[in-house]
Amino acid sequence: MTPPDELAIEVKGLVKRFGDVVAVDGIDLEIRRGECMGLLGPNGAGKTTTVEILEGLQEPTSGHVRLLGLDWKKDATKLRQRIGLTLQETRLVDQLTVEETVRMFASFYPRSLPIEELIGMVQLGEKRQARVGKLSGGQRQRLALALGLAGDPDLLFLDEPTTGLDPQSRRALWDVVAELKSRGRTVVLTTHYMDEAEVLCDRLVIIDRGRVMSRGTPQDIVASLGVEQVIELEAEPALDLERLRPLPAVVSAQRHADRVTLRVKELHVALPSVLREVEEAGGRLRHLSTRRPTLDDVFIGLTGRSLREGAEEKAA
Amino acid sequence: MGSLGQLMLMRLRVLWRQPEVLFWTFVFPVATTLVLGLAFRNSALEPVRVAVADGPEAPALLARLQGVPELEARTLDVTEARRQLARGRVSLVLLPGSPNPEALVDPSQPEGRTARLLVSQALAATPDMPRLEAVKATPVSEPGNRYVDFLIPGLLGMSLMSSSLWALALPLVAMRGGKLLKRLAGTPMSRAHFFLAFLLARTVFAALEVAFFCAFARWLFDVPMFGNYLALLGVGLLGAMCFASLALLVSIRARSEESVGGLVNLVSMPMMFLSGVFFASENFPGWMQPFIRVLPLTALNDSLRSIMLEGTSVLTLGAPLAVLAVWTILPMVATLRWFRWV
Repeated sequence: MTPPDELAIEVKGLVKRFGDVVAVDGIDLEIRRGECMGLLGPNGAGKTTTVEILEGLQEPTSGHVRLLGLDWKKDATKLRQRIGLTLQETRLVDQLTVEETVRMFASFYPRSLPIEELIGMVQLGEKRQARVGKLSGGQRQRLALALGLAGDPDLLFLDEPTTGLDPQSRRALWDVVAELKSRGRTVVLTTHYMDEAEVLCDRLVIIDRGRVMSRGTPQDIVASLGVEQVIELEAEPALDLERLRPLPAVVSAQRHADRVTLRVKELHVALPSVLREVEEAGGRLRHLSTRRPTLDDVFIGLTGRSLREGAEEKAA
Repeated sequence: MGSLGQLMLMRLRVLWRQPEVLFWTFVFPVATTLVLGLAFRNSALEPVRVAVADGPEAPALLARLQGVPELEARTLDVTEARRQLARGRVSLVLLPGSPNPEALVDPSQPEGRTARLLVSQALAATPDMPRLEAVKATPVSEPGNRYVDFLIPGLLGMSLMSSSLWALALPLVAMRGGKLLKRLAGTPMSRAHFFLAFLLARTVFAALEVAFFCAFARWLFDVPMFGNYLALLGVGLLGAMCFASLALLVSIRARSEESVGGLVNLVSMPMMFLSGVFFASENFPGWMQPFIRVLPLTALNDSLRSIMLEGTSVLTLGAPLAVLAVWTILPMVATLRWFRWV
């Protein structure tokens, strides 16, 4: 049990209902100071609602929330001074320049970082005098991050900070988060991206339908799947999943279009029997590969759905 | 600079950097005044048009009517004459008959009464007893009591009202739709400062608007100023604050610019007619007057008009200024309480 004073965030039994819809259905969280916590889950899982309750933007239907030892009901102003955030999408004032926007946000905080430093951190120095309306999507998201950092927050919330970003902006953002962690700041981020979660987060919470499905370090979570390798194969004619599932060392089998994904314990045991199955069915192998399991496999294992499905629907 | 200053700068920059805002603030009122000033300019009264229905006695009647300078008479076929009366092209139709001709008038047409009096006077006159010019008439069109003089203060009031309502309600709702309000709610920004910045930035523009109105009223229309310019400016700014505060109130819930547009029209349209912009609000029935008196635009227009045209001191305008103050404070309090940030 972690002593309470080391907890940046403590959440117990969090519930949020919108009419008949239960967006958050009893979530518990303990986030230590100085750690980066990732909330993972598909769209509609309740990530954003959870984060907005932590940010004080929504009120929970029930449950207990404490940030930095403070309570939103009593210490809202103090808390707002000590947290920073980015929303999934914010339309800033198009007619203002980057510098004017940062200066305005900095003026809200009693101890703000210097304007130069904030603009430099997100590499917008060249765009300082540019109007916000003329920035690219990636530049706007970096500006939003600078605004989140304006008050030199102890606790930073990032809601899908890199969704739709170009690789360069993504890297820039990852660097900023790493820098914050090195300065002992606490970061909570939501994401669809497995690589992002694995690179940035010390611990993860996987949420679906308003409930916690799994939690732990990325490595622990992958290990908890009880799977060492993933086999992906395509054969003609298509393989029968019912015949693959009982094979030795196979944990689960799924089909996505023509491709069959098998999660297995011992590759050297599973692979020969799988190949034999293909041969006995009189089929021809069109593709075969093996890899280490990722968080996405964990998610499919837990929910039967891919994490990315949500992200792709959104991008479409 | 503190957050109030930064927020005000934000508002001023947004307004300056949008040329269309400047256009609506300055060009629109001049154009309106020009059009209305032309339509209602005071010139010598046009003669009253009457028709004589065709018949044997028509030429004789026509000859007698043509002797009156205020009448313009001509002979028309009966059907055509009635048609023109119905259309308002003539104010009276004279049907020849014996012993006396018969006059047709439209009771809803104000000129009809004048026409009947002029025609009966013309017919009663005989060559040996000429028409009496009993009263000498002097036309009055001094600056200060023409229609345009009545119009200018009312238009200033209306212009302050609509620019305050639109210039605040639209951006606030757009900020809600774009989640900027939610983002700001996540900062320790003082919410009172936020609203105050909108109101104060609005008064900066309102001051320009008042100055601009005074200048073009003076130079283009020769509208006199009997009162104190500072008093006019002060009342104008209070009016702008009042409608800015009402704009906050109409934007407390709306999510789309369409829905807030409907609310702005709902607030401003009735006042545009009731509060004495184009015609005096005294034209409405007595039972409506107490209600009309407490409308903010009535209070603003009456104050502007009496400062401009009667030189009234601001000290005697306590009642209308109190109405404006109440309409400023109550919406502000309601906004602070019920404004939707997320």
